Amino acid sequence: MEIGLIVLALILATLLGWLLKQSFNTQPWVAETVSDTAHHGPLGDSSNSKLIALLALLAVVSSFFALILSAYALRMELGDWVPMTEPQLLWTNTVMLVLASAVFQWTRNSAVNDETQRLLPGLLLTGLLTAGFVIGQFVAWQQLEASGQFITNNPSNAFFYFLTGAHAIHILGGLFVWARATTKVALGSKGDAGIRRSIELCTIYWHYLLLVWLILFGLLLST
Amino acid sequence: MAYVAIADRDHEQEHHDPQTFITKYIWSQDHKVIAIQYGITAIFVGLIALGLSAMMRLQLGFPDQFSFINPENYYQFITMHGMIMVIYLLTALFLGGFGNYLIPLMCGSRDMVFPFLNMLSYWVYLVSVIILLISFFVPGGSTGAGWTLYPPQAIMPGTPGTDWGILLMLASLAVFIVAFTMGGLNYVTTVLQARCKGMTLMRMPLSVWGIFIATVLGLLAFPALLVSAIMMLFDKTLMTSFFMPAISSMGADPGYTGGSPILFQHLFWFFGHPEVYIVALPAFGIVSDLLSTHARKNIFGYRMMVWAIIAIGGLSFIVWAHHMYVSGMNPYFGFFFATTTLIIAVPTAIKVYNWVLTLWEGNIHLRVPMLFSIAFIFTFIHGGLTGLFLGNVTIDLPLSDTYFVVAHFHMVMGVSPVLVVFGAIYHWWPKITGKMYNETLGKWHFWMTFLGTYSIYLPMHYLGFQGVPRRYFAMGNTEFMPASAQDLNAWITMSALFVAATQVLFFINVVWSLTRGPKSDPNPWDATTLEWQTPDHPPKHGNWGHELPVCHRWAYDYSVPGYADDFIPQNVPAEDAPAGRDHGVEH
Repeated sequence: MEIGLIVLALILATLLGWLLKQSFNTQPWVAETVSDTAHHGPLGDSSNSKLIALLALLAVVSSFFALILSAYALRMELGDWVPMTEPQLLWTNTVMLVLASAVFQWTRNSAVNDETQRLLPGLLLTGLLTAGFVIGQFVAWQQLEASGQFITNNPSNAFFYFLTGAHAIHILGGLFVWARATTKVALGSKGDAGIRRSIELCTIYWHYLLLVWLILFGLLLST
Repeated sequence: MAYVAIADRDHEQEHHDPQTFITKYIWSQDHKVIAIQYGITAIFVGLIALGLSAMMRLQLGFPDQFSFINPENYYQFITMHGMIMVIYLLTALFLGGFGNYLIPLMCGSRDMVFPFLNMLSYWVYLVSVIILLISFFVPGGSTGAGWTLYPPQAIMPGTPGTDWGILLMLASLAVFIVAFTMGGLNYVTTVLQARCKGMTLMRMPLSVWGIFIATVLGLLAFPALLVSAIMMLFDKTLMTSFFMPAISSMGADPGYTGGSPILFQHLFWFFGHPEVYIVALPAFGIVSDLLSTHARKNIFGYRMMVWAIIAIGGLSFIVWAHHMYVSGMNPYFGFFFATTTLIIAVPTAIKVYNWVLTLWEGNIHLRVPMLFSIAFIFTFIHGGLTGLFLGNVTIDLPLSDTYFVVAHFHMVMGVSPVLVVFGAIYHWWPKITGKMYNETLGKWHFWMTFLGTYSIYLPMHYLGFQGVPRRYFAMGNTEFMPASAQDLNAWITMSALFVAATQVLFFINVVWSLTRGPKSDPNPWDATTLEWQTPDHPPKHGNWGHELPVCHRWAYDYSVPGYADDFIPQNVPAEDAPAGRDHGVEH
């Protein structure tokens, strides 16, 4: 359970540090009239609510994956574990996801710089690469099954299907939000702040899922 | 003092008042309506769970007298009773119910930050409840694996409900976790981002603190339950061997190889122990506010109380294996987990002392919410102290499978939070409905519930010391159990049925209040917190009329010296009223 504990400790330490800053040296019992200038939030103003919610969601997802990895580490220690050989296709998929993340970053920068003509091509290319990743993962499953590597063969196989499946579902969730943003851009609302915010948040999510995939892939390769 | 408060959303987000009955009461995005929906649903399933416990008690008190209780459905009753009470009643009621109602009102915001997501959270929760209830009616019935759902027995033939019951239970839990996550992200974001001007973190009422930290715990701990539920579903349906060891069942080899049931226990309790505090922390927070309000005194040691909540929350993640002493572990691990468990007693004891010190020399009004709050201190100290027994490996081993444990966890996380739930409902009832309840009926309800629960659980500790085993359908003839143990069991059953029956008083009071109850004042308890200062009573959609409130002080300015009233609401400016103990006698 060490992996789960370390990730949780990091999340809690971040929260704790912030809480300490808020509460240190305050005297709550002292009444003070509030001035209008004293009006700012933990991450700027209230338009950042979605960012806070996203960061909280990423903390939840981190806890989820860290706990699967804890289970992975514990299960691996038992006698019947046989390491599996990962399909080579995973490398191609990884490249696609890296590219998707890079293109999303480029799209985000374009949105921030008001280069609206780049948004639609950027979003479409990101979607294409990401969909390519998910389809590639599915093909990798099929290749494994064709070579007789079923989920029941060994716990290492079971974890492979579980981890890749869980990761793909999170990507599909991201694609749902991506599809909404892309539709809005395609229908013409390129310049508004809501779209820019959506693209920024999606970019963070994409980078995060890339990071999770790199950790998972590294772990799968090394065990 | 750093101000972290925002969300004058009037300029950014229009609040369309719901027009039709459906958008107002069914598909409502108003946090207050969603809170009531959560509350009603949770109490409804809670009553089912209460009924199940009555069935169990009938068998234990009067063995084999009732033909409709057999060993199979006895285990189904145990399982569903535990799971419903912990997850679908207490978690949903404290966070979905009180969290939804109190966070925006106490923080001075118009609603949750994401009202649509909030609505979705309730409806997904309802789906999880429906899936759970369907499992009573499928072939083989609901699962009888115990609320901990330990493999291998949870999915092997011989345990009730291994065909469909366990599948529906795991599916229902997964759906519940999705619902909770949607709600939880909302609560956290609202507390962080939508507080009114002047509502610094250290001015938040302790109710909000308790709910906030419990939500953080839930968001981080529920994934452990989700992971274990998914893996168990795989073991059951796809024949993987995450948890399932090589095992022979009914003389046949089901095909599992080398999995680890202990792995499940780790994951389950990694969720399971924080879950205790997901239920307890909101209760801690709410009871602090109730005690302070009805004792007309500021809460003793506010900052300590906040940091105790945070410390308990953090520590709750490193004590889980004390639920697994009997599963066997390295003695050093046992030592570690016993130590961390006992350390939790420190911040918890700080809270208890502070509650008692809040009462000391207070102007105590023994109204119904106060009675429930004081009773909570009794039951919580009681359950907490037996927790110190069980936290030690050497004491836990002989007691773990006895009624001592049943008595302990019911006192600490059954009776105590439920007393707070009742106290809180009585306290906020006038705000929610605009009506007063019947005080006499409320007091009868309190005394019968409080004394009745003691009559149930106090003897159970004794049964535990006698070695009477828990989980057994029938005790059989054993020498170590005196015949009087059965008499005590019969007494406990009578008490349990009595307490269950007296809850009718509560519902009579609800109906009486709604139909005949007098209108309440907007602030009948002379409370300081913002929810009592709304322009409309009960508060309307958007809560605050045209202008958001501004918070100028903490929530505990009661009996401030030199001020005519014995309370100063949080939205009264500093120049209009003295400011706590620093400037107390200037006016």
